[in-house]
Amino acid sequence: MEGDIAQLGQFVGAGLAAIGSGAAAIGVGHVAGNFLAGALRNPSAAAGQTATLFIGIAFAEALGIFSFLVALLLMFAV
Amino acid sequence: MASNTQDAAHGAADAAHGSAPGMPQLDFSTFGNQIFWLVVALVVIYLILSRVALPRIAAVLAERQGTITNDLAAAEDLKAKAVEAENAYNKALADARAEAQRIAAETRAEIQAGLDEAIAKADEQIAAKAAESEKAIAEIKAGALESVKAVATDTAEALVAALGGSADKDAIAAAVAERTKG
Amino acid sequence: MGKIFFFAALALVVVSGLIFAPAEAKLAIHPMDQFIVQPLFGGDQISWYTPTNVTLWMALAVAAVFALLVLGSSRRAIVPGRTQSVAELAYGFIYKMVEDVAGKDGVKFFPYIMTLFMFIVMANFLGLIPGSFTTTSHIAVTAVLAALVFLTVTILGFVKNGADFLGLFWVSSAPLALRPILAVIELISYFVRPVSHSIRLAGNVMAGHAVLKVFAGFAAALGMFSFLPIFAITAVYALEVLVAFIQAYVFTILTCVYLKDALHPSH
Repeated sequence: MEGDIAQLGQFVGAGLAAIGSGAAAIGVGHVAGNFLAGALRNPSAAAGQTATLFIGIAFAEALGIFSFLVALLLMFAV
Repeated sequence: MASNTQDAAHGAADAAHGSAPGMPQLDFSTFGNQIFWLVVALVVIYLILSRVALPRIAAVLAERQGTITNDLAAAEDLKAKAVEAENAYNKALADARAEAQRIAAETRAEIQAGLDEAIAKADEQIAAKAAESEKAIAEIKAGALESVKAVATDTAEALVAALGGSADKDAIAAAVAERTKG
Repeated sequence: MGKIFFFAALALVVVSGLIFAPAEAKLAIHPMDQFIVQPLFGGDQISWYTPTNVTLWMALAVAAVFALLVLGSSRRAIVPGRTQSVAELAYGFIYKMVEDVAGKDGVKFFPYIMTLFMFIVMANFLGLIPGSFTTTSHIAVTAVLAALVFLTVTILGFVKNGADFLGLFWVSSAPLALRPILAVIELISYFVRPVSHSIRLAGNVMAGHAVLKVFAGFAAALGMFSFLPIFAITAVYALEVLVAFIQAYVFTILTCVYLKDALHPSH
């Protein structure tokens, strides 16, 4: 019984942590969308900023990966 | 479904208690191995790149850049030459055209002269021929009159003889001459 | 309208597939099994020098780098063939990135950054071969890569700029009262760099491969309707090909950004 409850907590926690991945997806979408909006306003400046775009996406995504990692740790490692 | 998932988790947990924990990434017993081989791989790649690959590719790129620059200069040269050649060609063409025009005009004049001469000659010949013909015609005409006179004389003599008279030649001739005059 | 019918039909197929799936097929998915490190020649003792599947796939990555950059460029052709074009493209890509992001004086670190990029990109792509082992999905590997970058950058920063390197944490454009707080935040973010740097790569690769494995498990369970997960696997695989390159690119460009911070720490 006790083990079952612990496992329940594990799985629920993993599911909750996985929400973070979705949040990161929103963040990445924001970065890409705003880049596109800016690029359409000033297409000539867009090419020079793709590196910045990828850096922004990488930072936004890293936090989602953290939450995914927490979910994985709860599922398999605890 | 829930029991299946639980089975999966249990399976993973079982694996964890077996050789490796649930997440192989957190199996610290393999870290030394991975790090050792990673460092070996990185050192090998670094040596390959810095000793062989990168200098070679840089050389190839530089060589290509040089070749392209040279080729561009050569192309510029050739282009200038081509323009020059085109100008020369156009000039030669214009010259040739003028020359041809001149030769044509000359030839035309020559032919015209020859033609005129030939026409004059022909006219002259025609006139001569016509005069000659006229003369011949007159001769023939005279000849014919003479013949008519002779035939008339002969006929008159024959007629007179047939009528039983003997005609005087001079009288007959005078009569014929008188009749044929008219 | 057609879309609605399509999705309705799709939902029907999925539901009927779940209902009529063979009863004995269980969802026994082990998405993490593909990451287990095993000795190549039997035995279960893994010491630091044991040749394992890590060794094999890293050696293949080295061989791939060698084949692309050394064998590919061996003809030194002025008009490049296919392989040589790719090699030159990779060279130009990373060279330009280092020059643009890290600056002119970062160019002398180009071979080092090229090494990181080529290793990561080749390991990622080799990991996409079905049944292969992905070395970059292991935290141990990416942590070493990130730690190398972190140590290099930190030592380089102090050697080049001395104590001025600490100006990186002292935001001189902020109001004086805020500066200590910002310094603490900057310090934390500086030390989180290697963590996010390594976990981003390993996490992305691991997540993609685990997702593929989970869908593969669905395909095994759905019987005749397994074409649906197989379709999904195809789509995810295409995404993973993109991710494999982008993560290598991101790792490299972040290395360049950190390098720029070390060379020109002024905020």
